[in-house]
Formats: sequence, structure tokens, C-alpha cells
Amino acid sequence: MEKNVAYIALFAALIAVLGLVPQITLAVGVPITAQSLGVMLCGTVLGARRGGLAALLFVGLVALGLPLLSGGRGGLGVFSSPTAGFVLGFPIAAFVTGMVMEKWRAGIGAGAAGAALLGGVVVLYIIGISGMALVLGKNWIAAAGLMAAYLPGDLIKVALAAFITQGLAKLRPAALLSRAP
Amino acid sequence: MLTLTCPIETPLHRVEPGPKLLGLGLASLWLFQLQTPWAVGAVCFCVALAYRTFGRRFARFGAAMLRPLWPFLLILGLWHGWTGEIAAGLVVAGKMLAAVALANLVTMTSRLDEMIALVERLAAPLARLGLRPRVLAVAMGLVIRFTPVLIDKAALLGQAWRARSARRVNWRILLPISLIALDDADRVAEAIRARGGL
Repeated sequence: MEKNVAYIALFAALIAVLGLVPQITLAVGVPITAQSLGVMLCGTVLGARRGGLAALLFVGLVALGLPLLSGGRGGLGVFSSPTAGFVLGFPIAAFVTGMVMEKWRAGIGAGAAGAALLGGVVVLYIIGISGMALVLGKNWIAAAGLMAAYLPGDLIKVALAAFITQGLAKLRPAALLSRAP
Repeated sequence: MLTLTCPIETPLHRVEPGPKLLGLGLASLWLFQLQTPWAVGAVCFCVALAYRTFGRRFARFGAAMLRPLWPFLLILGLWHGWTGEIAAGLVVAGKMLAAVALANLVTMTSRLDEMIALVERLAAPLARLGLRPRVLAVAMGLVIRFTPVLIDKAALLGQAWRARSARRVNWRILLPISLIALDDADRVAEAIRARGGL
């Protein structure tokens, strides 16, 4: 129980920390940071349930007014802004990532890459673009077009998630809760 | 850890977060169904006025919190300017600004300890599903305490890198950062168990 709480809390903190890794802000206003990499890692390392809870804890604290999002953003205003879909999608993305990581019987590297791609990119983008389309009053395709510039960066993050998960599996095999027997 | 609560005291600071959140929800729903630029403009004006009545510094604080929206305003301006649908563009932009400004108002006037107390009260029914409010409070406290700690440790890692390499810090530092988070998690779990557990 204590291990679960500690892991969930520390990975929620990790998502926040990865939001501070130096970022490039494109004109669309969604900063390119490693923050979604943190969400992917929650899924690939902690698994579906704990990873989802870690991301949910993170989003909850953002709602309470902590500036944990990249760029020091936070508070309830985030949930009315065009990027609300992405923030709300974090827990679902982490959950799906963890689910794929747990169920797909591939090697750790390939499994993490596939999981991060499906959860951290496909699912997150679907939810995020839907939110953006809703707030900006545009159709889905248009909003998707706005987000297209972020795709290469996120594909790089998928590769990074695979690399980091593989590294953690070698260094701390007992800590890889997503593949615990 | 710094929160987004505004240090400038206003009458709203003395109101409990619960009623403020309820009011925000109702206001957002009502705002959502507005259709004309005049109605939306009037709402925006009222919100701006509300900010201004709490003082000029407070209003400046609030304006700063709206700054991340500028790229979206630019996109809307270019898009609707190009298609000629000025009215629709104004409605979308106005609703977005008003909704975010109202939500920020609640965040700026609510202290973190009040919000956490509210969360604990609301989470009480979850005890039946196995989530004790105390566990939730500990989890939140851990994130709040450890985010600055991890940031500092990541900064130290960056310094260690620069002391050992002429190359710039790159993505390879992410593995040690993640490892630190994992190891800290193990130690924190031990520490909690040593103090009586959850």
C-alpha cells in the first residue's frame, strides 16, 4: 500500500518535473516539453491502474491551483482553455499505455514503444484534439491540423519512453510494476 | 511550493471554495449557450470589471494568467479574418476568455489548504471503494513536497553532466532523472512504513 502510494505520488511529481525540461513553444501555443513523456512513463513503468492514478493525481493537483503544467500553468482556467482536452486526457492516456504494456507480450523496448504510441500519442491526441475543436469551435480535422506540428516531437518521446523503460528495467527490475509477475 | 493563489487579498478570498466552484460551474454552463457577440462581449466586460474592482494589481495578475491564450487568439483572428466570419470568431474568443478568466478568479482566490480540505470532504464517500481520505491527502502532500525536490536533483544532475562533458545536456539525462524518482519512491515507501504505515 505504501509502495503504491509512494510510486504513484513520485511519478505524478515526475510528470511535473518533465514539464520543466527546456521546451520549445510553437505558435499554436501548446509547448513541446517532455511532459507527455512523463505520462507515457507512468503507463510503461507503473502499469495501467497505478499509472492512470498517478496521472489523475497530477491533473487533480493542477485543478487545485498548482502550476505543474509546462510553462507554469495551472488552476481551473486550464480546463476551459483549448489545451483542456490534453490535460484531461493524461489519465486515460497513461491507463491505455499501461494496459498495452501489461497485456502485450513483447520485449520491454518494443512493448513500451507500442504502448507509448497507442496511449501517449493516439489516445491522447484524439482526446486533446477533440477538446481543442470544442473550445475553438472548429471541426475535428482543422484542430488536428493545428496539432500536426507536434507529432514529430511526440514520436521522439515514444522512442525516449522505450529507451528509458528499458534502462529502468535493467537497473531496477523489481520496480517495473507493469511487468511484475 | 508556490501555488497560483494571488497574495493580494480580496473579499472573494474569504468565501469558501465550495460555493465558488459551484458558481463557476453554473456560470460556465450559462456562458456556453450564449450566441451573439454582444452578449459575450457584455459578459467579458463584466468579468473584467469584477477583476478591476478588486484592485489594479489584482487585475494585472489576472491578465498575466490569461497570457498563455494569446496564440489561440491569434489563430482565431487569422482564421475568422480569412473566412470573414468575424461575429462567430468574436463569440468563440470571448467565451474562451471569459470562461478561463472566471475559472482563474476562483483559483486566484482559493488557498491550497482550503481546496485540499474540500477534496477530502468530497472524497469521503470513496472510502467505501477502498480509498481512505487520509491516503489521498498523503499522496497529494507527497507530490507537493517532492516536485521541488526532484527539480533540484535534476538540476544537480545537469551540473554533474556539465562538469564531466563539453557537450550540452541532452535527452540522455532523462534516464537518471527517472531513476531518481524511482529510488526516492522506494525510500519514501520505507519511511512511511517506518512511521506506522498508512
